[in-house]
Amino acid sequence: MTSLASLVREPIDPAEVIRMVSTRANGAVLLFIGAVRQVNDGRDVTGIDYAAYEAMAQRELEAIVAEGIARFGTPDVAIVHRLGELAVEEVSVAIAVGHPRRDTAYAVSRWVIEELKRRVPIWKREHYVDGTREWVDPTGRAREEAPT
Amino acid sequence: MTITLLLFASYADALGASSLAIELPRESTVGDVISALRSRHGAERLPPTPLVAVNERYASLDSVVREGDEVAIIPPVAGG
Repeated sequence: MTSLASLVREPIDPAEVIRMVSTRANGAVLLFIGAVRQVNDGRDVTGIDYAAYEAMAQRELEAIVAEGIARFGTPDVAIVHRLGELAVEEVSVAIAVGHPRRDTAYAVSRWVIEELKRRVPIWKREHYVDGTREWVDPTGRAREEAPT
Repeated sequence: MTITLLLFASYADALGASSLAIELPRESTVGDVISALRSRHGAERLPPTPLVAVNERYASLDSVVREGDEVAIIPPVAGG
């Protein structure tokens, strides 16, 4: 059994994240990669810096792994999220899930990334070609309900 | 009593600080912490009821805070 949640400042090696969840029992191993895209909402992006409330982000990532294990009976989940300055195409997050069967592996992978985006206190500031920088607000407005 | 208030990302930029010490009467709530912040320059850029965490856990505005608590105002998260 492998469950791991970590915040890192160095580049993520996807092969290493896959290895964390590969076992003799797991006939399905899924890797989700989030990467910095060049165009967001029609604006040319040159890079992103990721910031976090690190202690809480670590706690929330660990909670997501623990809840995923309880909810899906999947013992093998790894989440690695990068912080700091990233260039276009660099990997910002890697989520690996191992399970004997693919249906559960797909369900867990999707659930983990959606939970991460909903509740882990990480923020990103996009850098644009014109030299400006802006914090991204995915909600487009202030959120008034605490995630539960 | 004194609590530590943490600000991040766009909220830290708005208030020009990432950490503030806030003096409050005992039995104050998270909502009182937000109210105490309102007089500061830049606070008008915070939403009316921002998302808040107390000691690294999401908390409601009516949660009571205690001496030494770490209260964080959480901008809309954008991980992934």
